Amino acid sequence: MPAELNSYLLVGAVLFVCGVICMATKRNAIGVLMGVELVLNGANVNFVAFSKFTTLGLDGQVFSLFVIVLAAAEAAVALAIVLNFYNNHLTVDVDRGNKLKG
Amino acid sequence: MSLFFTIFALAACLGAVAVVISQSVVRMAFWLVVSLGSVAGLFFLADADFIGAAQLLIYVGGTLVLLVFGIMLTASGPYMKIPASPGETVVAGLIGVMFLFMVFATINGVDWDGSRDRIMAATHQTEGATGFDDRSEGNTLRPLGFALLGVRPDVPNGVAGAGYLLPFEIASVHLLVVLIGAAYLARAKRRQDVV
Repeated sequence: MPAELNSYLLVGAVLFVCGVICMATKRNAIGVLMGVELVLNGANVNFVAFSKFTTLGLDGQVFSLFVIVLAAAEAAVALAIVLNFYNNHLTVDVDRGNKLKG
Repeated sequence: MSLFFTIFALAACLGAVAVVISQSVVRMAFWLVVSLGSVAGLFFLADADFIGAAQLLIYVGGTLVLLVFGIMLTASGPYMKIPASPGETVVAGLIGVMFLFMVFATINGVDWDGSRDRIMAATHQTEGATGFDDRSEGNTLRPLGFALLGVRPDVPNGVAGAGYLLPFEIASVHLLVVLIGAAYLARAKRRQDVV
């Protein structure tokens, strides 16, 4: 049991770290969004693994369902914001979004 | 460890690494499809059949299509590839690898069997009384539906307040607000001057 749980958690950790690096290095706003999706998926892998291998039971699966739904909502709103940004700046480079800088 | 687990885990990890490495946004979207689909396979292997189906339907079928539409609407000509500076890439990679090793060491350092036994002793559960018998058959649809309606037949002794009716309602209202907000933000209007 611990070996399998550990391998699931390692996959989740790799997804999480890749998502964080993606968020930190990509200058394309849609690339940043993809990093967020990877991070949320790493968390989901952990939820489902704990749901199977520990006494957590079904609650982990319910929470991963909520995470999936909220991630879809977040992607929709973020994409609308990116399209608005593109309409105003004609680029999706996040480094150009510095109008609020003092 | 089964063969399928190895295949899906490798595909998920390599897909995620390829998302980080590739420069073109369209290739990033493709590798994201590979990674998320393999994660859905991992969910099926972990007896979470409904979560795996929802992952395939919502992520691969919905969110990824949304992202590809965003790419098509925004990636014009010279903006297909926006390279990051090499210094930032090296620093981010170093920090990422260090964080990954920290998490690996932490996971391998925890005594999962001992913590499971302690939790069972603290909550007075026995091995057979954990309920949730459908899990062995991979049939989680009915218990998940009951849990979202606030009824928990899988919890022993029927603990009050263990259901998820209120979060379910909050999520539904949240989705409605998101629908209206996204339609308001992305509505067609006159393009303003480039700043």
